[in-house]
Amino acid sequence: MSINTNEMLKKLRSKQDLEALQKELISGRKSDKALIAVCNGTACHPYGCTQVIETFKQQISQQGLQDKTELRITGCHGLCEKGPVVVIQPGDIFYQQVKLNDVPEILHETISKGKIVDRLLHADPITGSKIVHRHEIPFYRKQKRTILGNNTEINPVKIDDYIAIGGYIALAKALLDMTPEQIIEEIKRSGLRGRGGAGFPTGAKWESCRHAPGDIKYVIVNADEGDPGAYANEGLLSGNPHSVLEGLIIGAYAIGAHRGYVYVRNEYPLALANITTALNQAQQLGLLGEKILGSGFNFNVQITRGGGAFVCGESTALMASLEGKVGEPRAKYVHTVGKGLWDRPSNLNNVETWANVPIIINKGADWYRTLGTDGSKGTKIFSLVGKINNTGLVEIPMGITLRDIIYDIGGGIREGKKFKAVQTGGPSGGCLPESLLDLQVDFDELTKAGSMMGSGGMIVMDETTCMVDIAKYFLTFLEEESCGKCVPCREGIKRMRQILDDITEGKGNEEDIDLLERLSATLIDSSLCALGSTAPNPVITTIRYFKDEYEAHIKEKRCPAGVCKALIHYYIVNEKCPGCGLCVKACPQEAITFMGKKQPVVLDESKCIKCGACYDICKLEAIGIK
Amino acid sequence: MVTLTINELELKAEEGQTILQVARENGIDIPTLCHNEAIEPYGACRLCIVEISKGKRTRIVTSCLYPVEEGLVVKTDSPRVISNRKMILELLLARCSKNKVIRELASQAGIEQPSFKSEYLEDNDCIVCGLCVRACEQIVGVSAISLVNRGITKEPASPFLGPAADCIGCGSCYYICPTGAIKMEDRKDTRIIYNWKVEFKLKKCKVCGNYWAPEKQLTYIRKKWNLPEDFFETCPTCK
Repeated sequence: MSINTNEMLKKLRSKQDLEALQKELISGRKSDKALIAVCNGTACHPYGCTQVIETFKQQISQQGLQDKTELRITGCHGLCEKGPVVVIQPGDIFYQQVKLNDVPEILHETISKGKIVDRLLHADPITGSKIVHRHEIPFYRKQKRTILGNNTEINPVKIDDYIAIGGYIALAKALLDMTPEQIIEEIKRSGLRGRGGAGFPTGAKWESCRHAPGDIKYVIVNADEGDPGAYANEGLLSGNPHSVLEGLIIGAYAIGAHRGYVYVRNEYPLALANITTALNQAQQLGLLGEKILGSGFNFNVQITRGGGAFVCGESTALMASLEGKVGEPRAKYVHTVGKGLWDRPSNLNNVETWANVPIIINKGADWYRTLGTDGSKGTKIFSLVGKINNTGLVEIPMGITLRDIIYDIGGGIREGKKFKAVQTGGPSGGCLPESLLDLQVDFDELTKAGSMMGSGGMIVMDETTCMVDIAKYFLTFLEEESCGKCVPCREGIKRMRQILDDITEGKGNEEDIDLLERLSATLIDSSLCALGSTAPNPVITTIRYFKDEYEAHIKEKRCPAGVCKALIHYYIVNEKCPGCGLCVKACPQEAITFMGKKQPVVLDESKCIKCGACYDICKLEAIGIK
Repeated sequence: MVTLTINELELKAEEGQTILQVARENGIDIPTLCHNEAIEPYGACRLCIVEISKGKRTRIVTSCLYPVEEGLVVKTDSPRVISNRKMILELLLARCSKNKVIRELASQAGIEQPSFKSEYLEDNDCIVCGLCVRACEQIVGVSAISLVNRGITKEPASPFLGPAADCIGCGSCYYICPTGAIKMEDRKDTRIIYNWKVEFKLKKCKVCGNYWAPEKQLTYIRKKWNLPEDFFETCPTCK
């Protein structure tokens, strides 16, 4: 069953047409066949998911299982750390790190005989016990995958998969049973806030844009996710592009826009390809274009690729870029909902915000409001990365704690090390310490703690991370990504980075912290856009929560985490060194001398360039850092 | 008309005016570097920041861009404005540590040396206010130059840093630059603009014999306004 056959390409001209197609597709999906869902998400690609998928195809026919199995190539499943991921239904059997050689066995044992391949099961990172069913894996158990959950139910390049799970029903309801005002009221009542960073109430934004004078209005999807370590929007746009598109069409109808844009960064080839396919399919089915579903509402969408500037995630810079100009922000004293793209009223929302819309329309604002906290409703997707056991994309109900995310979902810190900080909100967010692990994650609590929600980056750091060095890293990123238009951002970030350079090189002064704070105050107050005004966050929060580390660097010329090269010395721990000589071979400077078997080696500090090669290669902890 | 308060002075203003316009019309001084009345406001130098309050909310905005509103309360020299403006001047002074204009502006604000280490100080003249580029586009209409790169490497430049092919040599960029960062010289019958790597032959006045304007600029104006062939044979003084 596929809409790709000619007779199925007929345009849907009414709600009845859509429901009939859905019914047909659902009955087509009901079968006794075993379903093998293989992740084809971006993060599984380097692990070889493409070859795994090919091998499944070959082996299914070789083993004559065509009538017994269905292979579904899906978007991101979330547990990227353990890719490629395969889920088998019925049974919800979860296999991880599947290699080519495992494929015949999975088919032979699990599909044909109903046996579990123990080797491929997920082991709880804390208890070590093996888990068969996906829904019992701690990583998934505490999540609320309202939005991301559908990634595993569909092939993102098949619109019939999306329709079969209820796709575009919300659009039909919105277009045919609701007025624009009713839709806006529902979104307002749901409490949905913008997922791109600032958390502005979505319904209020739509309302302002609807009421803004002008016949021509635009709606825009911001898919210019540029934070280091963040790929939540990528996982959603590549894994379920129709959900974003459906939300966009509903929003366009509510606002009164007839043209939409998807601004997606060119570095997201899979997301770009899948949203392009989705757009074409929606057009063919008449879900875009003239008189959508017989409603009389016309709407078209165009995809624009971003050139990779971080600042183009800022709404006015994004609109300038859409207009073909340099991606430079402008002052928003006149809001973009009044005067945006080509000076027309324009409503821009993040990928994830748009994907929330069909859910709210389908299930209602009352249901949606049951998720989350007083000020932040619904769920939020985070890219959980860094020194954590289960890296991946997680979707949590607003209000669960950082501890829940890091320890229960994330499986704790790698290699049994100690947690030090978690950075939320991308380069402009803040670093939160262990004492705040019980903080409830929502827009307001994160802001109060000096960080922010941002577009959903969450970078976990352990005891081997130097907080001054990490602040320097984020400022270096922002220094390169500042558009350079306004003085505080262009000049201020550079000076702050220079001061941090000095501190990490042991050249810091006691006045540096005060100067960093004064510079931060000016950047916050007088930068032109949010890139500049939030840039000091990593510095402010690390000074606020890790001041002792700054002081150790400045006063004692010491890096407590052992990271800043100018402040550390390597030494041989004589009692642990068996004189194996591995470090002697690894040293590029010939600074280590072999003294004979069972004799500790000798390090000549005058030759040492602190590259860390000896430290990395020694498994006996015989190289120390002081 | 709207009524607003600037530094406790109640003022009437036209809707659509900016705070800066209203302040200057009423003799209230607000420093600027990237602003010129003939050009669209840009908001890059941030020197014109003021503190505004609407109800309980107080914030810093750039007066060159902020449109006046009924009941707006503006302070141009509150402690918050002063401390921000001082830091902006320190940042500009660190970039242009030898520039006379910047040094004077900083000095007026009580800054002789920025708080940064002396090895950070640079010797630039350009503050990247973009006035040269904007004048070339908005007033002259040729867009011979533009801002290139981003962040700290952003600068006004000719295409691919070669000679600016579309430049007509009018010198608007030179005259409008607030810090003297554009180097232009008229050497007898030739005008050179060093920044854009261009040279122009100057027109000789038929009457007084003085070289008075680049021939390329005169041709550009003549064609734009459909003027007769011999219109610029004499200079404005001799006309």
